[in-house]
Amino acid sequence: MANYPDDLQYTKDHEWIRLTEDIGRVGITHYAQESLGDVVYVDLPKVGVTVKANEPFGSVESVKAVSELFSPVSGEVIEVNTKLADAPELVNTSPYDEGWMIVIKLSNPSEVDALLSAAEYEDFIKEK
Amino acid sequence: MTPVPTRAAHFRSTPEDLFQSNPMTLPTAPRVKKASIHISQNENLIFENSRPGSRAYHLPPNDVPEISVANLVPTHLLRDDDLRDMPELTEPEVVRHYTRLSTWNYGTDTGMFPLGSCTMKYNPKINEWAARLPGFARTHPLAPEATVRGNLLLMKQLEESLCEITGLAAVSLQPAAGAHGELTGMMMIRAALTARGDARQYVLIPDAAHGTNPASAVMCGYKVITLISKKNGLLDLAALDKAMTDKVAGLMITNPNTLGLFEEEIAKACELIHARGGFVYMDGANMNALVGVTRPGDMGVDVMHLNLHKTFSTPHGGGGPGCGPVAVTGELEPYLPYPTLRRVDAETVVFDYDRPCSIGRVKAYYGNFGMMIRALAYIRALGAEGLRAATETAVLNANYIKHHLQADYEVPFDGPVLHEVVFNDRRQQAFGVRNGDIAKRLIDYGFHPPTMSFPLVAPGAIMVEPTESESRAELDLFIEAMRAIARECEETPEVVKTAPHQTRLRRLDETAAARHPVLRWRPCQAAKAAGA
Repeated sequence: MANYPDDLQYTKDHEWIRLTEDIGRVGITHYAQESLGDVVYVDLPKVGVTVKANEPFGSVESVKAVSELFSPVSGEVIEVNTKLADAPELVNTSPYDEGWMIVIKLSNPSEVDALLSAAEYEDFIKEK
Repeated sequence: MTPVPTRAAHFRSTPEDLFQSNPMTLPTAPRVKKASIHISQNENLIFENSRPGSRAYHLPPNDVPEISVANLVPTHLLRDDDLRDMPELTEPEVVRHYTRLSTWNYGTDTGMFPLGSCTMKYNPKINEWAARLPGFARTHPLAPEATVRGNLLLMKQLEESLCEITGLAAVSLQPAAGAHGELTGMMMIRAALTARGDARQYVLIPDAAHGTNPASAVMCGYKVITLISKKNGLLDLAALDKAMTDKVAGLMITNPNTLGLFEEEIAKACELIHARGGFVYMDGANMNALVGVTRPGDMGVDVMHLNLHKTFSTPHGGGGPGCGPVAVTGELEPYLPYPTLRRVDAETVVFDYDRPCSIGRVKAYYGNFGMMIRALAYIRALGAEGLRAATETAVLNANYIKHHLQADYEVPFDGPVLHEVVFNDRRQQAFGVRNGDIAKRLIDYGFHPPTMSFPLVAPGAIMVEPTESESRAELDLFIEAMRAIARECEETPEVVKTAPHQTRLRRLDETAAARHPVLRWRPCQAAKAAGA
């Protein structure tokens, strides 16, 4: 289903990662952006910061609440979507494309095994 | 548009008048009565009302030699714009501007304020009488201790009352609000553990706790471990057992929790935490469900805060300031903020500065004294039986609302609720309506909206806390309004999705306001844009 592209992997905290070898682009899912409502601010780390799997790397603020963003994998942040500073609505309008958040160079690629496939993630949110 | 029944008529004359008073549907000015003009009229900023040359005050002729201000004040401290763009108005214009604004207020003095988790109860006027007694009201904050014995005695009496209510050994009245009390409490836990030789690293917080709890724990240098609640919304004792190690300082628990449910296994949880060397902090924001019926100290809680501006009827929100006393066991008493109050005899109370283990002072002077007067007035006016009756009525009112609205709104965590009830918008979502739309529509019916989208464990939450202040008649009006909105969601969802319709301003663009906030009027804005 288009809401959860097959070429991505997912976390139970509603982040996605698009992997190209040991480089991963990270954002939040359609389900997450819909639950949050209109996103008004995204707080992201600086390039060069080290992030750990399942630990917060930033936060996203919507009209309803502030929520932490959890990294799907460990590694170094090598790119940050600076467009979100002026256009946080991209997280709502284009969660998998223009609304991406950070790019991570993986330090422990085996962590990827713990992530969910699109089908597994869809089953997970159906249970909620 | 759908007619708006009953509740709004309390403020205004008739629903027909209401529609006429709406500026969008106003036919011609002569048909409008003066009273309805004021209700519907929007108000400029006072800056925009300025008419240069207007004066509110005339100074008498100067009878001392004139000295240029430039000779008295260093040049770099002088402003050079001659106060350009400061508003210039007459005294009646200023008075009318602010008086008109004051009529826009909505508070417990104008109607029901069902904001869940906030306990927006009525503030009895006897509290205001007591706080305005000149001996209290005119106390100077730096008055010598010997001249304020009465104030100290009042504070001690309040502390003692709160000890009795919480079942704990000692109280500090210093913290200025609930989250400040949390911070103070967690600092005491940290101090006690440090004295034992290990402050530990983690604090356990259930996902149905108050949102400020994790922040307080982090401010004290702890990492937070979130405990996922059971399906019924209550603390999972097995998860607690697993998470509670010798690296954990303790548990921060809100009881009743943010779903309005009593944590039935609180005593077992406290026992488990104590057995492994930890402390239990209880967020007392929901104490309006417990006062006079049960005591956190008896459950095994080590430290908690109270919100005088919730449970004890002092003004809340913009009407503050707040007061968030912390209560502790004898074990934590040495760590209380400095100074404490010590009773010497029946009449005499002194400040005790000999507190070597204290975490220090947490508030200038001794907290917000005016709130302490009001809270003690409330406690004394009701007495033990009255406080218990207030609690029972608050719980009854919440259950009355739950009973009458559960056919129309889903209750995600079903169980006997205490002082507040959480619904969600799941049934209404089928018609494209979300909880925020329901809140906006409720304004048209003359009510302040309940708490929205909190707690986070209940997506689409609508959290209602009526408190004991509301009569059955008022509760029935609220229920009737909520039911009418539920019908509108099915039959005419657009009316709900575009609400409010009867307010001065229609639906505001909250997203744009959050993304591009304009926080104040700026003088010379146009000039700057053109010149600089």
